[in-house]
Amino acid sequence: MTSLATTTAPAAPRPAPAGGRPGPRPAAGRAALLVLADGRFPAGGHAHSGGMEAAVAAGRVRDAAGLAAFCRGRLHTAGLTAAGLAAAAAHGHDPAVLDAAADARTPSPALRTAARRLGRQLLRAARAAWPAPELDALAAAFPRGAHQPVVLGTTARAAGLGPEDAAHCAVYEAVSGPATAAVRLLGLDPFQASAVLARLAPELDEVAARAAAAARQGPEALPAASAPLLDITAEDHASWPVRLFAS
Amino acid sequence: MHLTHPHDDHHGPAAVGADARRPDGTRRALRIGLGGPVGSGKTATVAALCATLRDTLSLAVVTNDIYTREDAEFLLRHAVLPPERIQAVETGACPHTAIRDDISANLEAVEDLEDAVGPLDLVLVESGGDNLTATFSKGLVDAQIFVIDVAGGDDIPRKGGPGVTTADLLVVNKTDLAPHVGSDLARMERDAKEQRGDLPVLLTSLKEAGGVDPVAAWVRAQLAAWNT
Repeated sequence: MTSLATTTAPAAPRPAPAGGRPGPRPAAGRAALLVLADGRFPAGGHAHSGGMEAAVAAGRVRDAAGLAAFCRGRLHTAGLTAAGLAAAAAHGHDPAVLDAAADARTPSPALRTAARRLGRQLLRAARAAWPAPELDALAAAFPRGAHQPVVLGTTARAAGLGPEDAAHCAVYEAVSGPATAAVRLLGLDPFQASAVLARLAPELDEVAARAAAAARQGPEALPAASAPLLDITAEDHASWPVRLFAS
Repeated sequence: MHLTHPHDDHHGPAAVGADARRPDGTRRALRIGLGGPVGSGKTATVAALCATLRDTLSLAVVTNDIYTREDAEFLLRHAVLPPERIQAVETGACPHTAIRDDISANLEAVEDLEDAVGPLDLVLVESGGDNLTATFSKGLVDAQIFVIDVAGGDDIPRKGGPGVTTADLLVVNKTDLAPHVGSDLARMERDAKEQRGDLPVLLTSLKEAGGVDPVAAWVRAQLAAWNT
């Protein structure tokens, strides 16, 4: 007779299949991934709109459809690039090389400043959450902050997560930040905004997988997609005397 | 005179939170937060505190403006401190988040000020004008002042809320306006004391000469306790 309330002892770890290749990972680290990806993780993101404030002011985003289009564009450009960098950092590639690669992929000085500021803020939270020598070394090498995706990947590594996880965090941040900002800036229905993100989820998976695949080949193979309009409007936005978001 | 002094018993990594020591092992500045509703006189309190304390203490200020640099600019215009001692933090339309839930940008501003113009004795962190529920994280400040005013309604102390009830000091400002707006000062003081138990309440009129003195005295007492 079966019972719903099973009290059996936990199963012994599954042995690796013959041939030495590990089997599918049974959700290892999934909870740590949720902690890292949670919008409430105190890493400074709440003050940044990912270009949404400028897009709303210009009338390019007015509703949920506009939000979806904006997020899709950001996902396949800045999101893909960030995810590649994060995945490469999670592989353990030299953060200094990756930081230089991030600089080369970020033509806007305002966005470079924002990325380093967010990297510094994430590193503070990461060192408290998952203390690790690699994070201390990153803080010592970049006292003013490394690019946020590089810190994100190193953090994922410290949290016991893999490159795919880091890429997933990066692509999700690429769209969740603007979606939250749109809710605040437009008074957009929050259910609609979440629905936009949910419908983008399969694309987020695809982009994260592409970024992780590129990162497996090394830093020189990382994506370098960019969105010129985001770069241009970020420079303009940084000069506004009155604004709600830092970027 | 600087009240900070070096300690050589600590050579750990950089502070990640409210660590009382800086990465070089010195004791950091005392941090006091000022919160309260829009228009109650937070910025005026900061300005008056700076003017009163700057000759004897090394000071800096972090402002959390909601959508402009207006509070920072007010302080600059009134020349209460040189510009390099004032930093504005942008809060992404959520001023209470920046002082309570995600304090990273504010911590960074505080630490940058200590690096740039330190050693500092005292950093005042002013919140963006928010509602009655906004309080500071203990990871950001060591003590907090909540500023309300008599013109905002004499029922605010009775209504309570985290700021009124738990702040280390409650300042009821603009007492000079009480007769003009029909606010009952005695009732406000009585209600506030009922909400706050032993925590102090000061009724002030910052506009009057010496109006900030009781607040400054409280700040000095906090500082004396921090440095012992």
